[in-house]
Amino acid sequence: MIGLTHYLAVSAALFVMGVFGIFLNRRNIIIILMALELILLSVNINLVAFSAFLHQVHGQIFAMFVLTVAAGEAAIGLAILVIYFRNRGTVAVDQADLMKG
Amino acid sequence: MHPIFASIAIAGPETILTLGSLAALMLGSFTPRHRALAVTSLFAVAIMAVAGFSLLDAPAGRSIAFDGLYVADDFSAFLKLLILAAAAASVLLALPWLQESGPDGVAAGRFEYPVLLLLAALGMAMMVSANDLLTLYVGLELAALPSYVLAAFSRRDDRSAEAGLKYFVLGALASGILLYGVTLIYGFAGSTQLDVIAGLVSVQSERSLGLLFGIVFILAGLAFKVSAVPFHMWTPDVYEGAPTPVAAFFSAAPKAAALGLMARVLLAFPGAVAADWQQIILFIAIASMVLGAVAAVAQSNLKRLLAYSSIANIGFALVGLAPGTAAGISALLFYITVYVAMTLGSFLVVLQLRRPDGATVEAMADLAGLSKTQPRLAAALAIFMFSLAGIPPLLGFWPKFAVFQAAIASGLIGLAIIGFIASVVAAFYYLRLIKIMYFDEPAVPLASEGSPVNGAMIAACALFCSPIGMLALSPLAVATAKAAASLFPA
Repeated sequence: MIGLTHYLAVSAALFVMGVFGIFLNRRNIIIILMALELILLSVNINLVAFSAFLHQVHGQIFAMFVLTVAAGEAAIGLAILVIYFRNRGTVAVDQADLMKG
Repeated sequence: MHPIFASIAIAGPETILTLGSLAALMLGSFTPRHRALAVTSLFAVAIMAVAGFSLLDAPAGRSIAFDGLYVADDFSAFLKLLILAAAAASVLLALPWLQESGPDGVAAGRFEYPVLLLLAALGMAMMVSANDLLTLYVGLELAALPSYVLAAFSRRDDRSAEAGLKYFVLGALASGILLYGVTLIYGFAGSTQLDVIAGLVSVQSERSLGLLFGIVFILAGLAFKVSAVPFHMWTPDVYEGAPTPVAAFFSAAPKAAALGLMARVLLAFPGAVAADWQQIILFIAIASMVLGAVAAVAQSNLKRLLAYSSIANIGFALVGLAPGTAAGISALLFYITVYVAMTLGSFLVVLQLRRPDGATVEAMADLAGLSKTQPRLAAALAIFMFSLAGIPPLLGFWPKFAVFQAAIASGLIGLAIIGFIASVVAAFYYLRLIKIMYFDEPAVPLASEGSPVNGAMIAACALFCSPIGMLALSPLAVATAKAAASLFPA
């Protein structure tokens, strides 16, 4: 029988993968954007699992909002990435070091 | 009348800002290109003023709207007035910079700037009125998404694009972490409404580990938004890379909104959990004060210096949040109000100065001998620096005094002592800037950009921060006490 704990474990694993995908990734900013989506998806799994567990609809509505905002966020992220690429000609993470201190 | 109309009336300022931002976008698109920026900016300021006035005659007391998603009380009204004033000032102060064609001619005359600021102001107003974790998240994102775009506003400038990218990646990570905390609180408390959670937590006999994890995640996300240590890494880079008017905006209104949100969320966790989040706030406050003071000493870039100064100031403001008492929240509100005036004033002076080649000033060394070339701007910057350092006759001393007083009244004497030491260390770099302006020989003859509106705003901020500003102390004390009291229903 699959219970709440299983969903929470999957979600926690996805969340950790997302966070590490951002910090350990030294190659490509696109991969960072994918890792960010992974974090938001893990959040959605959590919300829907809790919502079913508590017999409430709130969590599922919240998940809809998260999906919508995630789409907006991805659009803005890609737009900023495009202007960055136009200026620098690369999307490598370790090249983003004009400012240090 | 359908209840939705009553809710819309209670959320009047947000309604005005929503319709106003949509109208501003249309206005900018259909006005001739050369006038679009000025027209849209004035319209945006007018909308913010209307929203502000609608707050002044709002019904007293606490009103709940949208089935508990939204709350309007004295606390949110006070912060909204501050946010709207800071956002309106950010629209006006950017006008000369936007009208001037930049080195590549791209920045000139783009009317999107005031529209983005209106949307960000709307998000921040939702943040301080959030009574539900859903409103909290949507408000936070509505404030953050325009900010990412604003950071990358000079799109042909390498540094601005990089600042936007860094701000986006770290900001999105922070909201992801915050959201994970929100789901944990939802799951373990069974509700997303802050009132309900507060009622539930106060009757809990033992604290729940799930809730505690949720609070930690939420605090991590909010600490990022207020740029508190250990989530401050983005601040110097983004302030340095983003256009100066945008950095001025980032340093003022979003900080006030995020601190207000932090206070509201944390006070929804009273009782046994309060002792737990208090420890986290204590750590964040001490680390921010100390790091902000020590790391700024080595800076040579003005905007980076102001970034570290804002990190340190957030630390001092959080000292007011740590006790979790009405006196502490009142001191916190007082601190943010004065801080907004000081930081906007400092950025305005930096924005007003121009190198001989027309570029804005970035290096601290460029300010050498400013008292001889631009005596009035030098005097204004000196007032802001003395005030940020917290030297007594100036206004900046009083909020520091108030937060330390609140901390000591709650027995947090160690926190007050560390804060005092940090403010002495911080005084070193503020005074060094004054020494550069007044006692060094002029290196480059700096010109003033000469915008009368910005000059008037500098004069107003300087007057407020000077000893004359003490006249505002008692009305401010009354307003902050009333706002703080509304967070503690009897």
